[in-house]
Amino acid sequence: MKSDDPAIRWIEEPKLGMAGKTYLSLFVHGMTTTVKHLTKSVAGKDVTVSYPDEEPQIGNPLIYRGVHRLNKDQQGRVKCVACFLCATACPAHCIDILADESPWPDREKYPESFTIDELRCIYCGMCEEACPVDAIELTSLYNLTGRSREEMIFDKEKLLSVFDETIETEQMKSADLGGTV
Amino acid sequence: MASLSETVGVADPTEQDYLWTLNFGPQHPATHTTLRIVLKLDGERVVDAIPDIGYLHSGFEKIGEHLDYNQYVTVTDRMNYISPMANNVAWHHAVETLAGIEITPRCKYVRVIVAELARISDHLLSTGAMGLDVGAFTFFLYAFYMREKIYDIFETLCGARFTNSYTRVGGVMHDITPLVIEKIRSFLDEAPKTFGDMQRLVNRNRIFIDRMKGVGVLTQEEAVRYCATGPVARASGVTRDLRKDEPYLAYEDFDFDVCCARAGDCFARYYVRMAEMLESVSIVQQALENLPAGPIDVGPEDRMALPTKEQVYQTIEGTITHFELTMSNRGFEVPNDESYAAIESPNGELGFYLVGDGSDVAYRARCRPPSFIHFSVFPYLIRGHTLSDVVAVLGSLNIIAAELDR
Repeated sequence: MKSDDPAIRWIEEPKLGMAGKTYLSLFVHGMTTTVKHLTKSVAGKDVTVSYPDEEPQIGNPLIYRGVHRLNKDQQGRVKCVACFLCATACPAHCIDILADESPWPDREKYPESFTIDELRCIYCGMCEEACPVDAIELTSLYNLTGRSREEMIFDKEKLLSVFDETIETEQMKSADLGGTV
Repeated sequence: MASLSETVGVADPTEQDYLWTLNFGPQHPATHTTLRIVLKLDGERVVDAIPDIGYLHSGFEKIGEHLDYNQYVTVTDRMNYISPMANNVAWHHAVETLAGIEITPRCKYVRVIVAELARISDHLLSTGAMGLDVGAFTFFLYAFYMREKIYDIFETLCGARFTNSYTRVGGVMHDITPLVIEKIRSFLDEAPKTFGDMQRLVNRNRIFIDRMKGVGVLTQEEAVRYCATGPVARASGVTRDLRKDEPYLAYEDFDFDVCCARAGDCFARYYVRMAEMLESVSIVQQALENLPAGPIDVGPEDRMALPTKEQVYQTIEGTITHFELTMSNRGFEVPNDESYAAIESPNGELGFYLVGDGSDVAYRARCRPPSFIHFSVFPYLIRGHTLSDVVAVLGSLNIIAAELDR
């Protein structure tokens, strides 16, 4: 851009003047702002959320990227068909699947074991995006803790139990989109 | 060295044997991240400063040769972690330039909105932290409360507060929802009030001005010579803004000013950032008003954007495209070509130089980080000033260590 371009706004710095040089009047000016905020928070409009007594609001639980779950279908079977797309899409390589021949007639494969290392995971949501049968989903559970590394490696049973815990509050996304239920 | 002796009134440093060497960092509260500066002090006066990088080297550029074009966006989040959205936009802007994809108008607008929100959040943190370093703590708290609101918007938009990973090749992760628009609108109403509060606290505060004014002066010639960009260059009178000079995304549609100052000192850099935030608020407002309808992704026809879940579940073409794009040996097809594309990130020109080799993984993914260039200006700015000015100059340059080392 040329320096005389009309889209350029040349910023003039504020003049201090006498008041600024004496310092005191502008000190009062600043304190007024502070006190204004203070009265607001004393009146109960404070902005602090006192976690863990108070849970923070999650904007959109359907989009939130928290702990994974493995979805079950209506017969209580795991929905995963062991296609390995989530493991391929994962940038952190935290998903480990062992596929086996399915005992059910409606699909060929099912995961014999399905392990997610929750410590390695970066919660980017690409597994959910990659899944073609809506089997893996990220829930809105955000306060995941553990006492050891082994505890944080979630196997198939643990991931299915997360599903049982969260299905009441978070429905599967596939129903509205024409996927299998 | 002769000019140095003249300007700061000290003898030639090479002739002195009483200089004190001080390690500033790598772990110092005012560096905010792990960066190290070796200072040569004459009393309290800084005679020379040697920036030392490498404490946060993470091999980001090498990872770019192993992750595909969608996966790498998670790494750009961690590159400049105070404005990850802008990095996401920059990365996929570069990928789409390389692959020759024209994204949809709605996607352009959504990307402008998130990039400008990222600019506001970056400037809030950088000016806030600069205030914190020179002693204005309340100023920092007001700024951070507003930043929390932006985190909240991003969490509602893409599911993560900090590591957004929002953009995708040819589109974005989720379309913008009415709830997000409502939150952005309430933020836009509130933000100028907070900027006013922040400015009332420090703009004419003598202590703040004495710490800032005349400190770390970067002249226009030196700014050009050091390739400074962004607010650092604009505060020195360099009239360059990629949003106007090389309009990308939908910036041509918006009416906004480029804020420049002539002084080139720490106070000018602070002031330019404060003015830019107001311009960003106006850009987001215009973008929300004129948000085009239509699809957010380019669609699966060109085999570049992932199909939607409806298409995957209901059509065989969708399922096939979905599988092919995710599989590592099918993936995207980009030309055997190289390209450079940059955006005006909050910190300056953030560009990616990409070499495609036909596969879905870049042959080379080089990043032009603004912080790295600005950090090289630092010794020039600090020479002759006192030790306590180091934090003021560092804060006004807004150095992000993760971006230095990559």
